[in-house]
Amino acid sequence: MTQVGAPAPHALAVGWGRALVFGYGVFAVAATGRSVLQVSTEFDNAPLAYSLSLLAAVVYLVATTSLLLGGRTGWRVAGIAVCIELLGVLSVGALSYAATDLFPDKTVWSHFGQGYGFLPLVLPFAGLAWLRHTRPRAT
Amino acid sequence: MLARLNCLTTLSAVSPWVYGLVLVLCGISAVVLVVHLVRDQLVEDGMFLLLAVTELALLVQLVWGCVALAGTERDVEGTLFVSYLVGTTLALPIGAFWSLAERSRAGTAVVLLAVVTVAALEVRVDAIWAGAV
Repeated sequence: MTQVGAPAPHALAVGWGRALVFGYGVFAVAATGRSVLQVSTEFDNAPLAYSLSLLAAVVYLVATTSLLLGGRTGWRVAGIAVCIELLGVLSVGALSYAATDLFPDKTVWSHFGQGYGFLPLVLPFAGLAWLRHTRPRAT
Repeated sequence: MLARLNCLTTLSAVSPWVYGLVLVLCGISAVVLVVHLVRDQLVEDGMFLLLAVTELALLVQLVWGCVALAGTERDVEGTLFVSYLVGTTLALPIGAFWSLAERSRAGTAVVLLAVVTVAALEVRVDAIWAGAV
């Protein structure tokens, strides 16, 4: 299958991808820690916000893992995760401004990730750019 | 009121020096790393030494924080506090090793991300200790 001279494994965690994976890893850990604590201790206070925290954590974990694994499947799964992430940060970001009563407590994506230096907003665009750069080419 | 004031002065004994030191070291490291990034220079021994000193301060803070947590009578979110303390000590080693496999601009960016992460966590550590979760 592997052509001579072609880069054999479709690695995503090399070059700038390595920096991207680190960023996703940090957010995966941060969001997981935060949501586990929120859901386990005070879920009833803000069920919607905490469910979204949990969703964000899962999305970051999936994105990190699939970027690390690489390959065509990894690329596809990472693409889906990053798209959900972009959708999430945009919709939750907008909703947290428009319908403040829905979010009595913050999530990673509240106010477009303001509490995290707006990195949650930058990350999916960086991810999409990287995935576009590394898209599997038809041979 | 007096008791509360007294309490506030003792609680700041947690680690103002370490807190300041960590932030200053992170600031210096970040500036140097940005210069490295712009000039396309690799992270060298001097930088890793600086990171090692920062890591040492973070390890001192971890021990100090746990002792202070055990001794305090205030209502601090213990699990959260300790998990942040542990998180601060993990970011730099992971970032350093992760960047060593990528000796390029991207590798330098990884170290910069790690330093920024530590600074952000450090600010949160202080806020959690103060009770502003």
